[in-house]
Amino acid sequence: MDNQVKTTCLHGEHLALGAKMSPFAGFDMPIQYSSITEEHNAVRHKVGMFDVSHMGEIFVSGPQAEEFVNHIFTNDIRPLEPGQVLYGMMLYPDGGTVDDLLVYKEYAPDAYLLVVNAANIDKDFEWISKNAAGYDVKLLNDSDNWGQLAVQGPESEAVVAKVLGMDLSGLAFYHFVDSELKGKRAIVSRTGYTGEDGFEIYACPEAIVELWKTFLAEGVAPCGLGCRDTLRFEAGLPLYGDELSADISPVMAGFSMFCKLDKDEFIGKEAVAGQKADGVARKIVGIEIADKAIPRAGYPVELEDGTVVGVVTTGYHSISLDKSICFALVDAAYAPLGTALSIRIRHKVFPGIVVKKRFYQTNYKK
Amino acid sequence: MSKIIDELLYSESHEWVKVDGNIAIIGVSDFAQEEMGDITYVDVPAEGDSVSRDEDFGALESVKASSELYSPVSGEVVAVNEELEDKPELINEDPYGAWIIKVEMSDKSELDTLLNAAAYAEIAK
Repeated sequence: MDNQVKTTCLHGEHLALGAKMSPFAGFDMPIQYSSITEEHNAVRHKVGMFDVSHMGEIFVSGPQAEEFVNHIFTNDIRPLEPGQVLYGMMLYPDGGTVDDLLVYKEYAPDAYLLVVNAANIDKDFEWISKNAAGYDVKLLNDSDNWGQLAVQGPESEAVVAKVLGMDLSGLAFYHFVDSELKGKRAIVSRTGYTGEDGFEIYACPEAIVELWKTFLAEGVAPCGLGCRDTLRFEAGLPLYGDELSADISPVMAGFSMFCKLDKDEFIGKEAVAGQKADGVARKIVGIEIADKAIPRAGYPVELEDGTVVGVVTTGYHSISLDKSICFALVDAAYAPLGTALSIRIRHKVFPGIVVKKRFYQTNYKK
Repeated sequence: MSKIIDELLYSESHEWVKVDGNIAIIGVSDFAQEEMGDITYVDVPAEGDSVSRDEDFGALESVKASSELYSPVSGEVVAVNEELEDKPELINEDPYGAWIIKVEMSDKSELDTLLNAAAYAEIAK
C-alpha cells in the first residue's frame, strides 16, 4: 500500500469484519461490509454506524473567536447558545467554496469546534490560519487525536443512550453535550449526514475502538462509505468535491440560505450578494429519469436536440425510492423544476425532468 | 475463491461463453459478479443488433459503479435474457445460469483465442 495513505483508529476493525476497502480523502476506508443496499436500509429502518474518524477537528478559541469564526464562516454564529451546532461554508472571496463544515459553540466561553471534511483538513487549516492574522485567537488542528463514530437511524437514540449510559431524549437536533470517555473529553451531538435521526460521537481513538465493538455487540450494523453516499444523496445533502467546490458556490448549489447576508461581513459575502442579485450561470439541480439505467458522475446532460447543457455530479438508482435520480450542474436556464433534460448513459439517451433535490423526506428529530 | 465452470470459455474481461453450434451464449463469471456486488441493472442490446469482439455491448450496474460488458465474439444478437430486466440480481445468485445475450457468431475462429477454465482461473483471483 502507498505510504501516503492514512488509516483511522478503526482500520483493524474494518479488516477484521472483511470490509471492502478503498482510498477516500487520503484514508484507507471501508466502502461496504455486507452490501451497500443492506447497510443503507439498516440506517433507514433500524440503526447503522459509520467510522468517520477521518473528519477533521479544528478548535478555535480566544477573545475574538466569535468575531473570527463569523469572518470565515457564511452562517451567523452570534445567536448560538453553548451546545448548539450550525452548518455552513467557508468561501473564497470569489464565492467558490473552501469547504462545508459544522461549527460547534463550546460550553467554555469564546471557544468553537470546526468539523471539516477529511480531504480538506490541511487546506482548511492553512486557510483558517492565513485569515486569522490580526485576530486574537488560538487555532488547533487536533484531528489526529480524535476518532468519530456516526450512529444513525430511527433506533439510534435507544442504543446510543444505552451504550453511553446517558439520557438523550432531551438532546435536540443540531445540539451536543460534553462527556468523558477513557479519561478524555468526548462529544455527543445529534447530527449526521444520512437524512435520519442520529448521533455523532467524538472521542479519543481508544474510546472510539471500544465503542465500535460495543455497538457491534448491540447489533448496530457497520456501514461503509458506499451507503454514506447513497444516504446523503437521497436526503439532498451535498458532498464537497461533487456539489460544492472551489468552482461551485453555495448559491450555485442552492444553499444560499446558509450564507447570511445580514452579517456585517464574511469572506465571500460580496460575491454571494452579487450572485444572488445577478443570478449564476450554472446551478445544481435534481433530475429524475424514467428508467433503471443509472446516471453517474460525469455523464452529460442534454436537451432533446443533443445540445449538452450540463453534467451529472452524483447519481444512483435510489435504494429508498426505487428511482434513477441524480444531481447535475446545468446551465441556469434549464434549472427550473419540471424542465425536460436528458442524460446520456453510454450509447443511449434517457429523457428526464428537473425535480426537487431533496429526493427523500428526512426524519430528523426536531 | 470464485467458481469457474470447466466446460465454458472465458474472456480476460470476465465474460463466459457457452458454445451451442453456431450460437455463443454469453454471461459474466462468478468472479465478476463478486467484484461488482449487488447488481441493480443490466444494460443490454436489442435482438438483431450486431456485436463485435472486444467491443462493449452493454453494462452491469451496481449501486456504486457501472461496468461495461465486452463481447467475446462477433456476430448478431439473436436473444436477450429478458428475465434480467426485472431480476438483475439473478447474475449475483447464479452467474453461470443467468446468461445475458446469445450471439450468432460470424467468425467461430474467435473462440480459439478465448481462455479455458484453467487459464481463466489464473486471472480470476
